[in-house]
Amino acid sequence: MQFIKHDINLDFIGKRKIGFCFSFAIILIGMISLVMHNGPKLGIDFAGGTNIRVQFSKEIPISKIRQGFTAIGFEKASVQKVGKDSEHEFQISTAKPEMTNKGFSQSISDALESATGEIPVIRQIDMVGPQVGKDLRKNALLAIFYSLLFITIYISGRFELKWILSGITAGALMTAIYFLSALNVSMPVIIPIALLISLILFWFLKLNYAMSAIIALIHDIVITIGIFSILDYEFSLPIIAALLTIIGYSLNDTIIVFDRIRENIASDKNRPLSEIINRSINETLSRTILTSLTTLIVLFALFFLGGEIIHNFTFAMIVGVLIGTYSSIFVASPIILMSKKGE
Amino acid sequence: MKLTFRKVLIITIFAIAIVYLLPTFYPDLWPYKTIKRGLDLQGGMHLVLEVQVEKAIETTIDTTIHEIKNELRDNNLKHLGLTRTTGNKIQIILEGDDNINGFNDIISDKFNNLKVVSTTPLEKKSEIVLMLSAEESKEIKKLATEQALETIRNRIDEFGVSEPEIRIQGTQRILIKLPGVQDPERAKALIGKTAQLTFQLVDEDNNVQIAIQKERAPVGDVIMYEEREDKATKAITKIPYLIKKRILLDGSRLTDARVEFDRFGQPQVGIAFDRKGARRFEKITGENLKKRLAIVLDQKVYSAPVIQSRISGGKATITGNFSLNDARDLAIALRAGSLPAPVKIIEERTVGPTLGADSIRMGLISMMAGGIFVVLFMLIYYKKAGLIADFALISNIILIGGGLAAFQATLTLPGIAGIILTIGMAVDANVIIFERIREELRSGKTPMAAMNSGFEKATLTILDANVTTLIAAIVLFQFGSGAVRGFAVTLSLGIFASLFTALIVSKAIFDFILENKKVIKLSI
Repeated sequence: MQFIKHDINLDFIGKRKIGFCFSFAIILIGMISLVMHNGPKLGIDFAGGTNIRVQFSKEIPISKIRQGFTAIGFEKASVQKVGKDSEHEFQISTAKPEMTNKGFSQSISDALESATGEIPVIRQIDMVGPQVGKDLRKNALLAIFYSLLFITIYISGRFELKWILSGITAGALMTAIYFLSALNVSMPVIIPIALLISLILFWFLKLNYAMSAIIALIHDIVITIGIFSILDYEFSLPIIAALLTIIGYSLNDTIIVFDRIRENIASDKNRPLSEIINRSINETLSRTILTSLTTLIVLFALFFLGGEIIHNFTFAMIVGVLIGTYSSIFVASPIILMSKKGE
Repeated sequence: MKLTFRKVLIITIFAIAIVYLLPTFYPDLWPYKTIKRGLDLQGGMHLVLEVQVEKAIETTIDTTIHEIKNELRDNNLKHLGLTRTTGNKIQIILEGDDNINGFNDIISDKFNNLKVVSTTPLEKKSEIVLMLSAEESKEIKKLATEQALETIRNRIDEFGVSEPEIRIQGTQRILIKLPGVQDPERAKALIGKTAQLTFQLVDEDNNVQIAIQKERAPVGDVIMYEEREDKATKAITKIPYLIKKRILLDGSRLTDARVEFDRFGQPQVGIAFDRKGARRFEKITGENLKKRLAIVLDQKVYSAPVIQSRISGGKATITGNFSLNDARDLAIALRAGSLPAPVKIIEERTVGPTLGADSIRMGLISMMAGGIFVVLFMLIYYKKAGLIADFALISNIILIGGGLAAFQATLTLPGIAGIILTIGMAVDANVIIFERIREELRSGKTPMAAMNSGFEKATLTILDANVTTLIAAIVLFQFGSGAVRGFAVTLSLGIFASLFTALIVSKAIFDFILENKKVIKLSI
């Protein structure tokens, strides 16, 4: 059985402008949403605050729960029903941290009992202080940056045999980041600038494969963040884990296409580059779609059956796999073509 | 069938994985540890405490001031005020050359941990400001954190939590993980209790109500409260006291603390002093007959009985409206010693046991469902070769499980997600190989040649693709914490397992099929 005929020859490269327009449009919408929401919506992991999950034995109106929390000073708490209807489970989030001292869960229990007449089961308490939130934010950004950087070293080394050059470049960037963070320059400022500088460096050093891969990865991350912002989903630690996995996964696809491009360039020097790239995409298309399909199958299983706690995590992964597959065909490969032409 | 090195390797690795994995499902089979479940799966509490090290510095400064005063008195030197000022500095005002020179001699002789910040001449007087040297304060902070860690460890050990994890994080933070803790509230109260026990006299010459009105205690005094709870209404009344600042005796002289009961069956905590403490307690009670001695714990008065007689033997009791658990925890805290500085909870993640069980159940269901779909899909798409991929996939899960148990890595909910993700990605390597073999077959090669060159060409691609995911996983492990680390671990294990199963196991099966039969057509 096969979905994709082996002699398929779709003109991806010829339609790259449509792809660029599509990417540009999604990124733009995401950006507008981010600006309108004042940046990404940070969960308590990064913003600091308290999350509490309670379960009742019967249905309780949300207003009663809110009333109970107002009574103990959580006026601005957001109350949300989670899980299945039959489980009567609620999540309460507030930006107020450091409330979990002695007697905290008792006071919640008491307040909810007097407001609802039911004794709740406290299933989970998450409290993150502002300082910890700040540290976690910093680590998350550093993690994204470092994984991108290490991956570029690997790609430049493997595809263009420029281990030393890319190593030195990355080393310089890491040193700069280290000193800037020691000087307490804010991470959300440093990281985008560092990424921009990396791109410019790759351009000048002609590390074409690395640059194309990185642009595709940034493209994937920016779109995922944008979609999260449009849907008003929160960023938490697991979402960052999902983003990093997307980086690895999306690169999987990209590398397989690149590998084929390199192979075909070596074996067929006379044909124009655009044709070679297009042929490489088509040759690997069957594999690209199959792998994304099997990964999506399990992700959907997790999305529908895995429970509400990892719902957003799975959602980020699904978006990432779709965008990653798309970007390896419509973003990374055309950019290789453009950068090689620029030489 | 030849027994090649490869076959031996495959069999050995699977045998090891199964040996490690089985106890998780059949704990009685052989005594090896099961897969460690993270707090999010088994329920428990994760706390990060911050030691308020500035407080430890403050305490040191206060003791130093006390020592300086004693030295000055012993040397017949006079001062016009010796106080701790903001920023933890010591300020002293001296008059006359004798006093100034004498003071400077004492400082350079006996207090070389202090350095002079400034000397300001004021007419005939001189104001000298001292502070702790940078190394000294760093050392005190470090010691305070280490001591807090030790104390908390002792308390948790006595509290009885199996396999707690307690370690210092950064410079002044302490990470505590208490898996399966039944009463997180109680554990938190016990851990966070400073347990500074002191014995101080009540100032009965001044009126506490006036002090409260003026919002200022008389010199040498401090206002403290006793909290009394009405058993019936649960209303708390606060009783104010004027307590003399001077600490007569503190908890460092305790040798034991345990729960006792008064004649009404009300729990109380009986304490015993060491010899020096007992002598001092006897002296204090002897010198202050008919006066009230306050027993102060963490700046709260527990009781302030009138001393009826000189008490020898070094025993005392702390009464208060204790529940049995309160009394037990207080005894543990006093036995384990006080924290050198108060601690503040700056991060808490508590998961109830029911939520953890739900997470495991749902994780396993999604793993089964996703797995079955993928297995069926591969079978339909690649026919018999799909069977090989499915075998590789199942081996993959066995290897990840065995790896988790062998390395005693922690399995978390995102970790389960990682395994599920691996199921999807594990077939990737096989897909790459199979697609290559199909291509080679189309170009007219024999099954054997197509298979060999398919594997050969796919190997490098598979390695490249997996190394990048591995890079992301390693960075994630480095920067992530808790549950996210669990994800990084299973993801990395999954990568290694899928490399092994795709490149070695699948290849071995193909070789086996092709070498035993004269295969004319590959079912792929």
